[in-house]
Amino acid sequence: MLITRKAEFSASHACHRADWTAERNREVYGAASNPRGHGHNYQIEVTLEGEPDPVTGMVFDLKTLKDVINDEVVEPFDHRFLNHEVPPFDRVVPTPENIAAEIWRRLERRFSSPPGPRLANVRLWETADLFVDYSGPSR
Amino acid sequence: MTSVTRVYRFAASHRLHSPLLSDERNREVYGKCDNPYGHGHDYVLQVGVSGAVPETGVLCNVEALDGYVEDKLLRWVRDRNLNDWEEFGAVVPTTENLAMVALRRLSDGWRESFPAGPCLARVRILETERNSVECGL
Repeated sequence: MLITRKAEFSASHACHRADWTAERNREVYGAASNPRGHGHNYQIEVTLEGEPDPVTGMVFDLKTLKDVINDEVVEPFDHRFLNHEVPPFDRVVPTPENIAAEIWRRLERRFSSPPGPRLANVRLWETADLFVDYSGPSR
Repeated sequence: MTSVTRVYRFAASHRLHSPLLSDERNREVYGKCDNPYGHGHDYVLQVGVSGAVPETGVLCNVEALDGYVEDKLLRWVRDRNLNDWEEFGAVVPTTENLAMVALRRLSDGWRESFPAGPCLARVRILETERNSVECGL
């Protein structure tokens, strides 16, 4: 069974590599390459997979899930300039693909002890028209 | 596994009526959607691509995808009647069939347009906020 919890954070980012020329950055990342940054209201959907506990009827305590998302993602990311304030985005370009994978890494360590549920998917909405799904390294 | 999904919107009309069925049977199967003059929806199209994220951190060039989807699909469907498509001569433009046709139209020529990736993974069409159909490769 899958359960999904949503959360949101607002942050700025710049899709820009310091080791590239301004032209190359603009070619690959377009307007998002402006090193001064721009922002989004990101939304995330965190999906856990597991079986409901026979006594509580819950796959996982949703309040605890909210707290975990808050501690690992919302608190460190919200109202921050990702490139400057949230590692590893000082070295890794904060494209939505990379942000989704980083959120996965932060959450995965909290859900890797059976028989608890496992992290099944992280969906990151950058805008209402674009989202990225990451479900762990390809096996 | 990473996938990127882009969302598009278009308005189109259709009539659900099969030439292979009697008028009575059409009415039974398709209900109000069989109304001879047709009706329309504000459709939402989601196109999902997948692959390994390259060093740039960009799996999908969104501008290139937008251009491709516009060329292959949106310009043919925006403010049109789906029954006018050649695929919907004998095939009824239900959301199921529309999703399959959309996936086929997008697949055709994909590799030539995106030789370095990503792969086309799936198409989801929402006919209304409450109905959606997903079709994957």
